[in-house]
This record gives sequence, structure tokens and C-alpha cells, in this order.
Amino acid sequence: MIHYPAIVVIAPLVGALTAGILSFVEERYAYPAALIATGISCAAAVRDLIYVAGHGPIAYHMGGWAPPMGIEYRIDTLNAMVLVLITAIAFLNLAASRPNIKQEMPDRRPSFYAMYLLFVVGLTGVASTGDLFNLYVLIEITSLSSYTMIALGDRDRGPISALNYVFVGVIGASFYLLGVGYIYIKTGTLNMAEFATMIPTLQDSTTILTAFILCLVGVFIKMALFPLHVWLPNAYSYAPVGFARIVAPLMTKVMVYVMVRLMITVFGLDYIFIKLHIADTLVWLGTIAILAGGVMALAQTNLKKMLAYIIVCEIGYMVGGAWLGNNLGLTGAVLHILNDGLMTFALFLAVGNMVYKLDRVQIKDLKGLFAKMPWTMTGFVLAAFSIVGVPPTCGFFSKWYLILGAFKAGAWHFAAALIMSSLICAVLFFKVFEVCFFESPDTHVGHGSDTHGRHTTVAIQEAPAISLAVLGIAGISLIVVGMYSKTIVVRLIWPLLRS
Amino acid sequence: MEFIQSIKPVLAVLIPLAVIPVLVSSGGRPNVREAWTFIAGILSFALVVSMVPAVLDGNRIGLTLFPIAPGADIALSVDALGMLFALVASSLYIITAMYSIGYMRGLNEHSQTRFVAFFALAISATIGAAFSANLITLYLFYEILSLATYPLVTHHQDETSKVSGRRYLTFILGTSIGLVLPAMIWCYHATGTLEFSAAGIFTGQLSTPSATVLLLMFVFGFAKAGIMPVHTWLPAAMVAPTPVSALLHAVAVVKVGVFSIIRVLTGIFGVELLSSLGLGGLVAFIASVTILTSSAIALSQDEFKRRLAYSTIGQLSYIVLGAALLSPKGMTGGILHITMHAFGKITLFFCAGAIYVATGKKYLSQMVGIGYRMPVTMTAFLIGAMSIIGLPPTGGFISKWYLVLGTLEGDQAVMLFVLLTSSLLNAAYFMPIFYKAFFCTPAEAMFERKFDEAPVMCVVPLVITALISFIFFFVPQPFLKLSTLAVTGFTGG
Repeated sequence: MIHYPAIVVIAPLVGALTAGILSFVEERYAYPAALIATGISCAAAVRDLIYVAGHGPIAYHMGGWAPPMGIEYRIDTLNAMVLVLITAIAFLNLAASRPNIKQEMPDRRPSFYAMYLLFVVGLTGVASTGDLFNLYVLIEITSLSSYTMIALGDRDRGPISALNYVFVGVIGASFYLLGVGYIYIKTGTLNMAEFATMIPTLQDSTTILTAFILCLVGVFIKMALFPLHVWLPNAYSYAPVGFARIVAPLMTKVMVYVMVRLMITVFGLDYIFIKLHIADTLVWLGTIAILAGGVMALAQTNLKKMLAYIIVCEIGYMVGGAWLGNNLGLTGAVLHILNDGLMTFALFLAVGNMVYKLDRVQIKDLKGLFAKMPWTMTGFVLAAFSIVGVPPTCGFFSKWYLILGAFKAGAWHFAAALIMSSLICAVLFFKVFEVCFFESPDTHVGHGSDTHGRHTTVAIQEAPAISLAVLGIAGISLIVVGMYSKTIVVRLIWPLLRS
Repeated sequence: MEFIQSIKPVLAVLIPLAVIPVLVSSGGRPNVREAWTFIAGILSFALVVSMVPAVLDGNRIGLTLFPIAPGADIALSVDALGMLFALVASSLYIITAMYSIGYMRGLNEHSQTRFVAFFALAISATIGAAFSANLITLYLFYEILSLATYPLVTHHQDETSKVSGRRYLTFILGTSIGLVLPAMIWCYHATGTLEFSAAGIFTGQLSTPSATVLLLMFVFGFAKAGIMPVHTWLPAAMVAPTPVSALLHAVAVVKVGVFSIIRVLTGIFGVELLSSLGLGGLVAFIASVTILTSSAIALSQDEFKRRLAYSTIGQLSYIVLGAALLSPKGMTGGILHITMHAFGKITLFFCAGAIYVATGKKYLSQMVGIGYRMPVTMTAFLIGAMSIIGLPPTGGFISKWYLVLGTLEGDQAVMLFVLLTSSLLNAAYFMPIFYKAFFCTPAEAMFERKFDEAPVMCVVPLVITALISFIFFFVPQPFLKLSTLAVTGFTGG
């Protein structure tokens, strides 16, 4: 029996405890402990993915207890992919954000690392588990650790944003828990696979319908689907950089994963598309989320806020795509979990570098940044193009499947919204580029004589090398994942949809 | 005809791309940097040339790089049309690189390293577009080219270039995302493939109205071709340094636009489908309107480069018109005009830039009597202008000759009228410039009668391109052969 599925989750858990204890003993070992824990977790996740791609799904019984009594972890290609995404970002971000964490909370580093690892435990657990109640527990672990870390951020607005997030988050979790309760009352099981075998006989049950709707609303709140998104922009923009860089790319995407899991594994495509007639409404919700997110992003003057609203917009992509009711749309949605995770990560890495040097990232503060931080900006531009959907970056390919799916389903409004959002994102980012490119910084820190014609040279003031290196890796991965999207789709996503 | 697997086209695309880090790292030593530009340009050109014999034998050369979706790969494939375009772009890149040295150093421009780096990226994307085997690869390089050109257009980083940059992006990126992308996905949705083929990819999936809509989405979506009303970015882009206007806005960028339209007409719809639906006439009509209107507007432009820009808009539509005639001679003329116009118009832009470097003048009304001060430049100007008008003995005559034959072949008297009227207009907006330069009274002359040319690095390139335009009249090979070969491929004859 292979234990990798457990190691993925347990390594950060042990790391969290170690880091927590080390905060009382020897603070400087907390960081290596965290790095090692996420590293092991990442290696195990990669191992999972390789195994699953070759041999099919793994059903891992926690502690050897068989379901329905024990908790089952079920790894297939979908969550193996999501797990690699989570653990890789967790590991890389830890490396990249060390300077930011030192700068932002010099006195509370070990406890931050402990919470960070707990957050990773939650995310990896959510993505691994095959048990509906266990899923709830892990979502709450993720959320609780987020609340604390967001409160560690901006001195003035961090705590209030965290409080706002707590209220909304708890409501979301309650909805989900209520749904799970209904399922348990009706069927007596919490195991996803077992429940899936019962669903054909329960198609007409209003209890199951209620349960499904409750779970879905809970998940929608947690993933910030418009108009349930109000907690997100503040929470993500006032969080400390080290946390914003992991929560922004992963939290909402993992919740999308949960939605997809509920759709394809738990309730089944037959039930949700043939029995229920809510798909059209949800595609419309996705469409509205895309447009609303884009328009609100246009109104922002703060770069972090702008990116937060872009996340709201991207959630619309995935929800709409998943509910188109055909394989292409679902493929696009799943592929976008991966792609959007990577590109949001790259964007927030770049923004974190800017924060490190500039402190504030109001868009008007970014003058002359192409000259000052050329490498950071290169990464930022690349990630921005991926969001816009310029080939060969990966953002293009998920959009490709999503639009194809929309065409196939005849959902012209959704296709139009996708195209529209590409254009809006192009406007958004070029608005930022214009400030960075055309306006020279107020304080001239130029050195040497003016040898290049009319313009003064600005000294390069880059972020630390490690942050740049990680940004480089993220940037390159955008192109590599884009180039290999057919492999990803054919090897990892389609086997899942066929079965 | 056979398909030869080869990495050569890939290398031709990759070399200008791979040299960019070297260019950036040698930014402090301009001579080393420029040397690398030449090395990359010459290598890339040599690779393109080395494939000419095989293409002339009717073979295709290519490689599939990345499968990205079933039926849609990132793949390169060199055929006669792509070869013709790549030859033009890669050869003129070398000449423009030389001109850039004269121009940029002559004006002591800032950020020259950034300039040469993005130039290399732009040329890499252009060659990639020329060699694209299918629509999605073409789209990929088309988009890269749009974005790579932005920092070149806005090079001066002032308020004017910011405004022009916005207009440039709005039109170029707005149309490619807003029209071409959905049109392309529509094609893929309907047929499951995007591979160019002479027979077209549609086998009865399109009704006439939807074919019309799809075609118009492509024609206006490839806004780089400057079809009115999506042409306004081109005059705005004249704010760029002249080497950019010369290579990109007379050759690479704009020709990628018409090239893409030709590809869609001949490779996605197919000549047969277009003639059976009668859609060639529609595109020809749109192109004709653009030809006449832009030529008329050019008459009234006083800024040298803006006049050239409006002239370019008209000449690009010649190419589109030629392709839309759907007759073998007309298509040959259109494709050949890619080459002839490129060499003619780049000469004119080089002249405009040389005059600016030497005298700082941008407006035609300030150039009275310039012929005595800059005789070499103005003589080259005459040859370039003759080529654009289509007068012998210049290359432009040959392409226009074929275009005229094409209209006769298809019994399209109206189009013949358009071509001839436009040639008159071309003469009307170019000849006064030459006339005023040499034949003005001493009282009118604004310059002393003293020989004082632009830097030699500016003058040599424009002499070369003028000479080539002249030579093309006598030796139009291999371009004429490539054009006819391309057309034979498209019409299946």
C-alpha cells in the first residue's frame, strides 16, 4: 500500500506543529522546518500524480479504517493535478516570500509559518478527501487559518477585513454543513463514492435536492462567486504579502475544485444536468460574474484590489464553463483551475515584489517601474498576457476550451462575456503598463551622466534574488503549461470525464 | 510535391528570438550589440534562403512543434506564399538594422537596447507568421507581433506616443481578440480543424449568410491589413521612430495583416467556395473603397510619414483586392505586390527618416528644394515612388501589370477602373514632392545648394532598396516564380 496520499497532508501538519513548538524554542529553525514540510508534501503530490496517471485512482483508507466508518482519501487525476498545484505553490511561495515576511512581521514569523502550514494542510486535505464531512472540517481548517493570517496584515484594515471574512465564511460553511446533514439523514453515509452509488435511486428526493442546493450555495460563498464575493477584495488586498500570494491563487480555485467534485463524482452529471434544470441559470451567473468582476476591476485605483476583482471575474469563467453541460466546457473549467492558479500566483508574486520595494501599490505609485524593476515587470507582463489570453501562455488555452464549450452549448452570452473580459483585462493591464512605462518617477534616482538622449536613466532597484527566481519559474511555467495543454487535457482531464 | 520534415523553419524563427538575451546583456556596448543583430539577421535570412530551392520545386518544409488541441497544433510549414513573405521580411530586417544604426545614433535616441531587442522579437514573430501551417499558429504569432510592436511604436514615451499607443492597441488587439478569436473558434467548432488547405476546411457547414459574417470577421479582424475603417492605427503609429515605420509599418506588421487575410481566403475558405458563394466580389469591393479613399486622403497630408501611411493603406488593399479577384493573374499580382510594395515603400520611409535626421524636417511643405542638398536620397525617393505608382522600369510595374491582367481575366471592368484611378492618385501625391525638391525657383528653395546628406548608414540602405526596386523590373525572380507557384497551389491547377 502506498502512503503518498497521506504524506501530502500529514507533512505540513507535522511541520505546523514543529514550527509552532519551535517558536518557543529556537525561532530561526521554524523557516527550514516549514520549507522541508512543504517540500516533502510537494514531492509526495508529484509522486501521486505520476502514479495516478499510470495506474488509475488511488483509494487510501486513513489509519486503515475502511469506509464508511473510516475516512477515505481518493486520488484521481483531477485532484492529483490540483494537489501538485497547491503544494508547488505553497513550497515556491515560502521560498519567495521569506524577505517579505521578514519585512512585514519580524516579530511573529514562527507563528505565521505554523498558520501557513495549517492552511496548506486544509487545502491539500480538501483536495484529497473522499468524505463529505471530512471535507467540511478541512474547509474550516483552511478558513480559520486564513482569518488569522489576514488579520496579521495591514495594521488598520487587516483585522476588520478578517472579521468581515469570518462572518461571511462561517455562513458559507454553515450552508455546506447543513447540506451534508441532509445527505447524512437521507442516506446514512458521508462517503462520496458510496453516496454516488445511491444517487440514481434518489433522483426525485427533495431532500437530496435541498442538500445539493445548500452545498452549492456554501461552496459559492467560499469561492466568492458574484454577488457573494464581497468579502474577497478586502481580505486579499489587506493580507500580508506572504499569505496573499498563496490564498489568492489557491483558495477560490480549490473551492471550484470542490464544486467540480460535487458535480462529477458526488451527485453525478446525470443528476445535475438531466434531472435538475439549473444549468442555464448558473451559466448566466457565471456570465454576470465575469462582466461584474471586470467592470469593478476597472474602477480600482489600487493594484491589489484590481487583481482581487479579476479573481472574481475568473471565478465566473470556471462556474460558467463547468455548467455549460458539455465536456468541452468542463474541460475548460478544470484546465482553468490549474492555469488561473498559476497566473494569479505569478501576478501576486510580482505585486509582492512591488510592495517590498514601494510599500504602497496604488496604480499611480508605479511610475517608471519598467526602468526600476525590469525583471519583476517582465514577470508581471507575462502573467497579465496570460490573464488576457494571449497565446502561447496558458490562459489562452483554457479560454479556448471554454469558448468552444460555449459555442457547442449555444451559450452565446457566455462566449461573448469571455471575449469581453479578455478585452477588459487588456484595458486593465495596459492602463497599469502605461503608468509604468510613460510616466517617469517623481524622485529621480538616476546615476551617472545623461548618455541616453533625453531620458534620465533610473537605477534598478529590484526585489531580492530569491523572489525574482520564483517569479521566473512561475512565468516560465505559464508558457510550458500552455504548450503542454493538450497533454494535460488528454492525460489528466478527459479520463475523468469519460468515466 | 512532398512534405519535408526539417527544423530549418523553426531555427529561422528562433534565432532572432534567441539573440535577444545577448542583445540585452551587451546593452552597454552598442557596437557589439549591433554586431549580434546582424549575425542573427544574416543567419535567419540564410536559413530562409537555403529553403528556397526546395520550395521552388513545389515541396513544403515544416515541423509540428506542440499539439495543443486535437486537430490544432502549433506547427510550421513553408510554402511558396510563406517563403515569399519570409524572404522579404528577413532580408529587409538586415537592411533596416543597418539603417537603425544611422538613424538612432544620428538622433542620439534613448533606450536603444530596448529598441533592438523588441525589433528582434517582432521579426521573429513575423517569420513565424509567414511559416505558420495553420490558423492557430498564425494567430499566435500575430498576437506576439502586436504586443512586441507596442514598445516600438511608443518608443518616445511621451504624451503623443501614449495616445498613439492606445489607438494602436485598441484597433490591433481589440479586433484580433474581438473578431478573429471568435471567428477562429467558430471555424474549429464547425470543422474540427484549422489546417490551411487549398480546398478550404468547410464542407458544406456554412450557409451563405454565416460565411459572409465569418469572412467579414476575418477581414476586419486582421486590422493590421489596414482595411477601412480599421485603418486609423496606422497613421497614428507614425509617431514611432522611422526604422519602425519603415520595416514594421510598411513591411512586417501590415503585411502580416494582408498575409493573414490571403491565408484565410485561400486556406480556410478556399478559392472554390468563395467563387461559388460570390464572396470574392464583396472583399474586392471593400478593398476598392479603401484604395480610393486612402489615396484621396493621402493627397492632403502634409506630414511626410502620414502621407506614406495613407499610401500604405491604399497599397495594402491592392494586395487584398488581388487575392479577392480569385483569378490566377490577379492573385499572382496581389501576392507579388507584397514584395514590390515592401521594397518601394521601405525606400520612401528611409528617405523620410534620412531627411529628418539630416534636417529635422517632418513636413512636406518644408522640403522645397531639398533635392540639391540631398540628391541621393531624393533620387532613391523617385525610384521608390515610381515603384509604388507602378511605372516602369521598377518592380511595382510588374505586380500592377498582373493585377490589371487579373481584372481583365475576370471581366471586372470596375476594378480595372479602380486600379487605374488609384495609380493616378498615387502619382498625384508623390510626384509633387519630387518636383518641388528639384524644380523650384531659387527664391522658393528652403535649403542651400550644398551637398549635405544624412549619415552614411542612413543613405546606404535606401540606395540598396531603391536599386533592388529597380532591378526587380528586370529580374523579378524568385518572387514571381513563388507567386505563381503559390497561386497554382491555391487554385489546384
